[in-house]
Amino acid sequence: MSGEAPRARDGRAPDIFTPGGWTPMRCHGPDETVDFAIVGAGAGGATLACKLAEAGFSVVVLEAGPFWRPLDDFASDEEEQQKLYWTDERITAGDDPIALGGNNSGRGVGGSTVHFSMISLRMRPAWFQSRSQLGYARDWPLTYRELAPYYEEAEQALHVAGPVSYPWGPARRRYPFREHEINAAGLVLARGAEALGIRWAAVPLATLSAPHGKSPPCVYRGFCNVGCSTNAKQSALVAWIPRALRAGAEVRDMAMAGRIEMGADGVAKGVHYVRDGRWQFQNARHVVVAGYAIETPRLLLNSACPAFPDGLANSSGLVGTHLTTHAGPGVWARFDEEIRWYKGPPNMAVTEHWNYDDSAKDFHGGYAFMSQGPLPRAWAQTLASTRGLWGEALRREMLKYNHMAGLVAVAETEPRAQNRVELSEATDQYGLKIPRVVFSYSDNDRRLQEHARRSMRALLEAAGGHDVWSNDDTSHIMGTCRMGASRADSVVDADGRSWDIRNLWVCDGSLFPTAGGVNPSLTIQALACRIGARIRTLAARGELT
Amino acid sequence: MDAPYAGYNVLDKWDSPSFDAPTRAVLDERTRMIPARRFLSEGQWQLVEALVARLLPQPERAEPIPITPWIDDMLCTNRGEGFRHDDVPPAPQAWRTGLAAIDAEAHARHGTSFAALAPPVQDALLTAIAAGQADAALWHGLPAQRFFTDLLLKTAAGIYYAHPAAWSEIGFGGPASPRGYVRLGFDQRDPWEAKERP
Repeated sequence: MSGEAPRARDGRAPDIFTPGGWTPMRCHGPDETVDFAIVGAGAGGATLACKLAEAGFSVVVLEAGPFWRPLDDFASDEEEQQKLYWTDERITAGDDPIALGGNNSGRGVGGSTVHFSMISLRMRPAWFQSRSQLGYARDWPLTYRELAPYYEEAEQALHVAGPVSYPWGPARRRYPFREHEINAAGLVLARGAEALGIRWAAVPLATLSAPHGKSPPCVYRGFCNVGCSTNAKQSALVAWIPRALRAGAEVRDMAMAGRIEMGADGVAKGVHYVRDGRWQFQNARHVVVAGYAIETPRLLLNSACPAFPDGLANSSGLVGTHLTTHAGPGVWARFDEEIRWYKGPPNMAVTEHWNYDDSAKDFHGGYAFMSQGPLPRAWAQTLASTRGLWGEALRREMLKYNHMAGLVAVAETEPRAQNRVELSEATDQYGLKIPRVVFSYSDNDRRLQEHARRSMRALLEAAGGHDVWSNDDTSHIMGTCRMGASRADSVVDADGRSWDIRNLWVCDGSLFPTAGGVNPSLTIQALACRIGARIRTLAARGELT
Repeated sequence: MDAPYAGYNVLDKWDSPSFDAPTRAVLDERTRMIPARRFLSEGQWQLVEALVARLLPQPERAEPIPITPWIDDMLCTNRGEGFRHDDVPPAPQAWRTGLAAIDAEAHARHGTSFAALAPPVQDALLTAIAAGQADAALWHGLPAQRFFTDLLLKTAAGIYYAHPAAWSEIGFGGPASPRGYVRLGFDQRDPWEAKERP
């Protein structure tokens, strides 16, 4: 990845709402010990930084990528915006190697929420006790009821625009903003669902359907997956970072964390990181790792030292293991009408029918699926790499672009020990061992995906689609530092706190013991809100040290 | 080939509210500042030119969308997707090995370089490689299908459809900030979108 100069320093950070603008930022001295050093400024780290700073703690966030100003830095262009992804070298392996990079990573303040689809769904309550209630995967160490107030807090902070009445899940307050008008790609899903007699809904989306604060409403330009140039999208960069800065947090961009330093007393002392081309050290009373499901275990494993030869927080041997992904089987069809799926957010309609209805399933787990809106570069690459089209056949197929519609599932996979993040012997530009990601589907995972493909195919055919075909992909990754009820069976407790090192915490998608069949970002932010609240409570009780 | 959006040029919106300054700067560079050869050898460059002429043939264009210069640029600046398969070396090495293997296949099957073959023969060779019928001995451990599909084809397709001329060809609305779109439903089209010919 290229080495842009840091922007956030010398008492100021970029003001994302003003071209070329700046906003004051509290800066901590090189020898100052802060209460919390947080590694990563994505859905987990930015949210927690905001909550901790607002609770009065001193906070420094170390983010490997740039501090973007979307108004200046984001073009309406897929190729240019590849800069939003984590493109340092990683190795993907296993029987079903998963695509990394743009599929499931972010680089920069805001993390992957800068380019996420804004889908803001809550988990099905039973998934938090999936082993005891549904007979598969693992129980979380907390219940839906415990997390519900923090889902509410995250939805309010993101100004989620959703339906007045959402068809699935327990009773809830209405979404803060009214739902968006659904584009033709979403209306295809609606038409098919109604023909099949299953429910559908407008996707609750973290992009504004009316102006709020300094953000304008969404203009439906459709480049959401390569960054929002108007700030309508409520990414962590827009929703949490300005609040965090106002509350006194310091965000250091272009700061790559490489190792957590341990003291002789078994307590973490701080974080070694590279900024301005040199290694530096941040002293901290607590260290939070929020680098997402690959970088978080990588940092813990790369921090191995004589007292912790297998890596930090790893007495259970579980760091990096039980990686889950969302399988993303897709089904596509051509329609007589013009769809023009490039307009509007890419995923505007959803059915969670098979997340909540377990009848007639020959597998454990669930899946949702959403309407789609790939831009031309991404769509051409899908046709080339998953259908094997090239030459005139590819160019002819691309001429159908405006008549295409499709569905992609967010399909749960089982947590299994052999699916994991481990360290390769190869090193990166900082001299750090690069991650190797090993993934294979289980038989259950395959049956679930086959079911999803059948459902989506039936729906598209019922909606009037021609020439229906399907492909395979994956999206989010989770579960590599799972939370749990006992130190033998998990990496951290329900507060994200390491069982082994009590001033070391994890706050990101690594925490998920069970993946569920919805996009994880809202749950990550709800967990971060809860962890922030719990830290405040523990501090008040004198239980933080 | 059909031209359902003939007459539509996405760049006609250059001075409209659909094109903001950051986008204009990016597209100005893409359309006018074509990078010179830096990574590939002259021979490799000619081979890539021959390959992309089959992967994205553009017989109707007097000025084809440039693909090879951007492949060279990507390799020179070491920009990649951010991951590689266990059995594939880092991109620069994979490209050098894969290109040499395609020429070796051409020599083994037809006694000449890939670039010297007639287009139908080139297509047949690429079809064989894509179908897993490569001679492993010529590929030095590089998986031939993976190189062809994940590196060569996917990269070339991405570059072609990142060009405004390709957007115009398929009727894509193109850059859309800050104006965006208003009409989102079936068969609805804003005045600044491409009109499809019946």
